[in-house]
Amino acid sequence: MSHTTPESLQELAKEQWSSLETQLSECPLTAKQRMAIPQQEMPAQDPAARRTNMDEVTYGYFEEQARVEAERCLQCKNAPCIAGCPVAIDIPRFIRKISEADYSGALAVISETSLLPSICGRVCPQEVQCQEPCTVGKAKKDPFLSVSIGRLERFVADHGGRSVPQVKPETGKKVAIIGSGPAAITAAADIRREGHGVTVFEAFHKPGGVLVYGIPEFRLPKGIVEEELNTLQQMGVEVRTNFLVGRTRTLKDLLEKDGYNAIFIGSGAGLPRFMEIEGENLVGVFAANEYLTRSNLMKAYDRERADTPITRPRKVAVLGGGNVAMDAARTAVRLNAEEVNVIYRRTRTEMPARAEEVDHAEEEGVVFHFLRNPARILGDENGQVRAIEVLKYELGEPDDSGRRRPVAIPGSEYEIEVDTVIVSIGNDSNPLLTTTTPELEVNKRGNIVADESGKTSMDRVWAGGDIVLGAATVILAMGQGRKAAAAINEALLS
Amino acid sequence: MHTILKREQLSEQVFRIRVVAPLIAEARQAGQFVLVQVDTEFGERIPLTIADADAEQGWITLIFQAVGGTTMRLAALQEGDAVPAILGPLGTPTHVEQLGHVVCVCGGIGAAPMYPIAQAMKAAGNRVTIILGARNHDLIILQEEMRSLADDLILVTDDGSAGRKALVTEPLKELCQAPSPPDLVVAIGPPIMMKFAVETTRPFAVRTVVSLNTIMVDGTGMCGGCRVTVGGQTRFVCMDGPEFDGHQVDFENMMKRLQSYKTQEDAARHTCKIGRNP
Ligand SMILES: Cc1cc2nc3c(=O)[nH]c(=O)nc-3n(C[C@H](O)[C@H](O)[C@H](O)COP(=O)(O)OP(=O)(O)OC[C@H]3O[C@@H](n4cnc5c(N)ncnc54)[C@H](O)[C@@H]3O)c2cc1C
Ligand code: SF4
Ligand code: FES
Repeated sequence: MSHTTPESLQELAKEQWSSLETQLSECPLTAKQRMAIPQQEMPAQDPAARRTNMDEVTYGYFEEQARVEAERCLQCKNAPCIAGCPVAIDIPRFIRKISEADYSGALAVISETSLLPSICGRVCPQEVQCQEPCTVGKAKKDPFLSVSIGRLERFVADHGGRSVPQVKPETGKKVAIIGSGPAAITAAADIRREGHGVTVFEAFHKPGGVLVYGIPEFRLPKGIVEEELNTLQQMGVEVRTNFLVGRTRTLKDLLEKDGYNAIFIGSGAGLPRFMEIEGENLVGVFAANEYLTRSNLMKAYDRERADTPITRPRKVAVLGGGNVAMDAARTAVRLNAEEVNVIYRRTRTEMPARAEEVDHAEEEGVVFHFLRNPARILGDENGQVRAIEVLKYELGEPDDSGRRRPVAIPGSEYEIEVDTVIVSIGNDSNPLLTTTTPELEVNKRGNIVADESGKTSMDRVWAGGDIVLGAATVILAMGQGRKAAAAINEALLS
Repeated sequence: MHTILKREQLSEQVFRIRVVAPLIAEARQAGQFVLVQVDTEFGERIPLTIADADAEQGWITLIFQAVGGTTMRLAALQEGDAVPAILGPLGTPTHVEQLGHVVCVCGGIGAAPMYPIAQAMKAAGNRVTIILGARNHDLIILQEEMRSLADDLILVTDDGSAGRKALVTEPLKELCQAPSPPDLVVAIGPPIMMKFAVETTRPFAVRTVVSLNTIMVDGTGMCGGCRVTVGGQTRFVCMDGPEFDGHQVDFENMMKRLQSYKTQEDAARHTCKIGRNP
């Protein structure tokens, strides 16, 4: 894959923009003309360089690029993109504002329904959300040629300026928020705005949830998450870290002893799934959560300064095909692994990871083994991983979801030599809160049962995000935080 | 603020600090631990058992051996200083009930986590025998506290510099051979000692609980780094433990996992020592 330098992308966009500008000043563009505008590529660090640093891979659009890309939008009357957005951002309207060079206006449009555009613009799987139904992509029969809505969202968030939302006069009521991921941040902001006291309780020593312990710096700079949390604190939200609800204090204590009028639970899906195969507890086998937490939150990549160690892998196998797997694989690359293998049961098209991350991983030299599944992990005499045995699969009959089901080919197993295995096959719900709170109804997967507004079976308690949905996405967590906040605000009125 | 109210040195490397932590002091039960961090930017989080607590006065006691980067820095803090981060209480509390005769086997620093368990066992109406062992006289901790608590205290050292010259497993075996063997043995100490304690009681089928101290990151069941194999199944020490049926624990695997970062930790200790002694 060839890499175009940011400088040349900017040069190109400058030329494109100046000719577009002249065209636009003469007469409005036709749909056909708009469809002919070339899609703007995301400027990114050179793959060879970024293998050795933790800095963000993509730089974000140059202003000229954003202006050109915005003109690709057809401003469709029916705007199918809005229906594809989990929080229904008025996409054509914010893009129009970019066309008018009104970036703070564009941000205001996004902020009507979304709270974390600088984060969502970077981590949303746009190709299966807003960009999937986009008319431009449909016409070109390729969703990857749709208007780059996510990149534009990020541009707006990075250039639209920041302000601390107004807080209404104190009501004297107070709400406890459990966790500090996207669901919690959103709920905290929306509830605080109405003048209620808000305390966020986080088990880790730093707030942010998966945004800080899971998603690496090279994909989502921690400074961005910190800014969101600073805004919360400037609004008067109290953040209490090193506080594990269920152990330090129970939910009931918060309501009955500490005087909280309502609770929102946004505790996420923190229980790593294992393959349950032989050799999984050998030295050198990690859950992705551990590997990523060591590297991100505990900063183990910074060997000079961090106390928390991380093994320096030589040959790695990452099991799984989602965002977590991509993050683990690319972290291992940056920790100097010679060879990083991703082992996935299906094929590339079924990978749940964001398409851009898969591309980036490939550019960085990650090797993909599709239609393979680990059978067991083999250790040496010291109990240290020495290889992984994988079984070949082929696509069989379609299953209920219409996807062709992978079936094992008997006798096809072979070994790949590795010293590190990172298991990234997903997360279940952490049972701590629910087992210490019998009043909370959970489903058979351990997720908290909640209605449309996030209301749980327990009086005065709402929940949202991964703890309700199972491991999902940032935008869905944010959306649920919003809905629950609205319901809590209403309940506190009476 | 987790201000240090009192700091004592119990032996050459072992320190005891009493720190302000009202919520933890209120919630904690025997067998639970905390995660401590001395630097919330680059520091690691290490598990330490809550050795004692006073809910009324709002403090907990931690006992630790200054052997790694974090514990050495913790040892350098003085009365009036604050410990930057303490998370807890974590883990499943000890299952305490009236069983009859409970034998508590402590190896070295293992006496620290044992103390609250022995207290709780005693309070539940058990006869409590404590075997307190260490390599030598200078490494024995909590002797007075244990003596005033126990019905019987058996002191052993490897070199005979205090009490009987023996390993903890010798008196343990004798107790198991007695006409009425113990109803429960609790063994806490270095992994190798726990392993031998478990092998000592196995032939007598005396139920033996061990308290494991594995590497931890979050302490909330999120990372899986603390996992051990118990009865062929994967269990998380921070959530399902720290106490397990010793006869089911795969000690070999646990000891190897504990060594995962050995070389890196040795390097850390080295720099730390250089930093400490001018
Ligand atoms: C490595 C990785 C990569 C991902 N990549 C993407 C991506 O690219 N795009 C995307 O949309 N989604 C991605 N996701 C998923 C996304 O991050 C989650 O869906 C989202 O963060 C869920 O948000 P949440 O608010 O429900 O909880 P979380 O972000 O999980 O936060 C929960 C917080 O609650 C704390 N907590 C838990 N229990 C307690 C308790 N009892 N007391 C106090 N605090 C508690 C936890 O410590 C944690 O900080 C990724 C997830 C991972 C792990
Ligand atoms: S569907 Fe695509 S072209 Fe149409 S309004 Fe939305 S972003 Fe613009
Ligand atoms: S320390 Fe992370 S799961 Fe136990």
